[in-house]
Amino acid sequence: MKSALLPERGPGDRLTAIFWRRPRVLLAVLIAPPLLWLGVVYIGSLAALLLQSFYSIDEFSGLVVREFTLKTYGELLRPANFDIIRRTLLMSASVTLASAVVAFPIAYYAARYATGRWKAVFYLGIMLPLWSSYLVKVYAWKLILAKEGIVTWVADSVGLGFLLDAALALPGVGGNSLSTSFLGTFLVFVYVWLPYMILPMQAALERVPKSLLEASADLGASSAQTFRTVILPLAMPGVIAGSIFTFSLTMGDYIIPQIVGTSARFIGLAVYQLQGTAGNLPLAAAFAVVPIIIMLIYLSLAKRAGAFDAL
Amino acid sequence: MRSENRAPKSLTLAAIGGLLFLHLPIALIFLYAFTTEERTYQFPPPGLTLKWFAVAWNRADIWPPLYLSLRVAAVATLMALVLGTLCAAAMARARFFGRDQLSLLIILPIALPGVITGMSLRSAFSLMDIPFSTLTIILGHATFCIVIVYNNAVARFRRLSGSITEASADLGANSFQTFRYILLPNLGSALLAGAMLAFALSFDEVIVTTFTAGQQSTLPIWMLQELVRPRQRPVTNVVAIVVFATTFIPILIAYYLTRGGSETAGGGK
Repeated sequence: MKSALLPERGPGDRLTAIFWRRPRVLLAVLIAPPLLWLGVVYIGSLAALLLQSFYSIDEFSGLVVREFTLKTYGELLRPANFDIIRRTLLMSASVTLASAVVAFPIAYYAARYATGRWKAVFYLGIMLPLWSSYLVKVYAWKLILAKEGIVTWVADSVGLGFLLDAALALPGVGGNSLSTSFLGTFLVFVYVWLPYMILPMQAALERVPKSLLEASADLGASSAQTFRTVILPLAMPGVIAGSIFTFSLTMGDYIIPQIVGTSARFIGLAVYQLQGTAGNLPLAAAFAVVPIIIMLIYLSLAKRAGAFDAL
Repeated sequence: MRSENRAPKSLTLAAIGGLLFLHLPIALIFLYAFTTEERTYQFPPPGLTLKWFAVAWNRADIWPPLYLSLRVAAVATLMALVLGTLCAAAMARARFFGRDQLSLLIILPIALPGVITGMSLRSAFSLMDIPFSTLTIILGHATFCIVIVYNNAVARFRRLSGSITEASADLGANSFQTFRYILLPNLGSALLAGAMLAFALSFDEVIVTTFTAGQQSTLPIWMLQELVRPRQRPVTNVVAIVVFATTFIPILIAYYLTRGGSETAGGGK
């Protein structure tokens, strides 16, 4: 059957005719390569991770025993390993809280007051640190927090050196210098993930209709009351959306605690060391499954709070 | 009525302070590349010199990682460009079964922490006895670069009116001609922006790479080794400036390419 007005000019035209009669074929042709890639390479790898975590390691030969067992997950509950998980969760939670506090004024200003050129300045000002090299940012903080570095110098020159010393003397979070303390690790985490908190927050704040604020003022609310009862609840989904990033990224990171911090391990570092020098792939895999499960719980809670509309 | 566009002073200060907090640390990287002190991070630097640029240029151990990083980023970007555009074309065209699951699948590689992506690939390579090589690095990078290209392309597809492809078909063009003469010119800047961002992301990636690289070093891995065991510290700063510039410039280009659109590049890292 020839329904075309023009004669066919080659295989390109014939294929076009097929695509036109059967749109599903075109869809399949388009979707197959990326689907195969992500399905095989990525989902396949995640499945391999899960599989690996149910294997165990032979303690004498150090070889992976490819037999199904829950022994490896049992090892996670050992005090030393469980400590790593608890420490990581605590750090992720504090980093998330601190980022939310630091991010709020930036997001609020950018969403409500910045116009014209300032809008662009804020946009680039948030976007460039977000995209610029992760390792360079971490390195910058190693310079800043070093004992002979700029923080100590500034603190000493303005006569606040004693405050720094007091902070470093705090048990648990202090240390010899900021670059070898939990305090330092915490600061770097907040710095590196801050843009991830600002962006969804700003998006949520931009969606707060002006009329609601005017209505609140008309009904006699002070600006503090408007802020607390109108703006903050409406910004919450954005805060939660941002917290997904800061929490998940802190939980999985292993570079920052390695460069700035004590030798105490976090989940990411444990995974890295176990798969590398220790050669214990099953335990490394089991450790890697922990953040996945925590994030799945976190995401389902966030979804209930309506955070996905703010992404 | 009160003036609406005046922010409280404290808010302005906090916002500008926050922006400075985001930017000042980077400036220090530049300063320390010129310091004469090579063993500590003494501030203020005791003296300034330009010699570290020459020293870095002559260090033989920097060049192979640089070439490897460029090669990996170029190939991974190309693969992501093809796969991400195909994906965006399919997602923009039709509603179909499993569409939502597919969009989740696309963002998963950057939504999950890098250590999980890295560890997953590592497990798969180990189970299938695949030796580490440049190819395994590229495999990992392409996987998380797809979403970057996809985000940019799908935003542009949404803005394109379907009638231009219909007009093209009415005028006798086949699908391939329509793609070449109609879609590609319209998608061009969005794809270029996506490619720039993907390149920047791949060039700078370190977490997934440490799990898939074996004995080879990309430039970020070289830097990481220098951070853990420093030798000539200012040389690391010179390399850091190179890495910074190599990621910074593509990002700026991507911003200007997509400026004014409904979706500006980079919003969804």
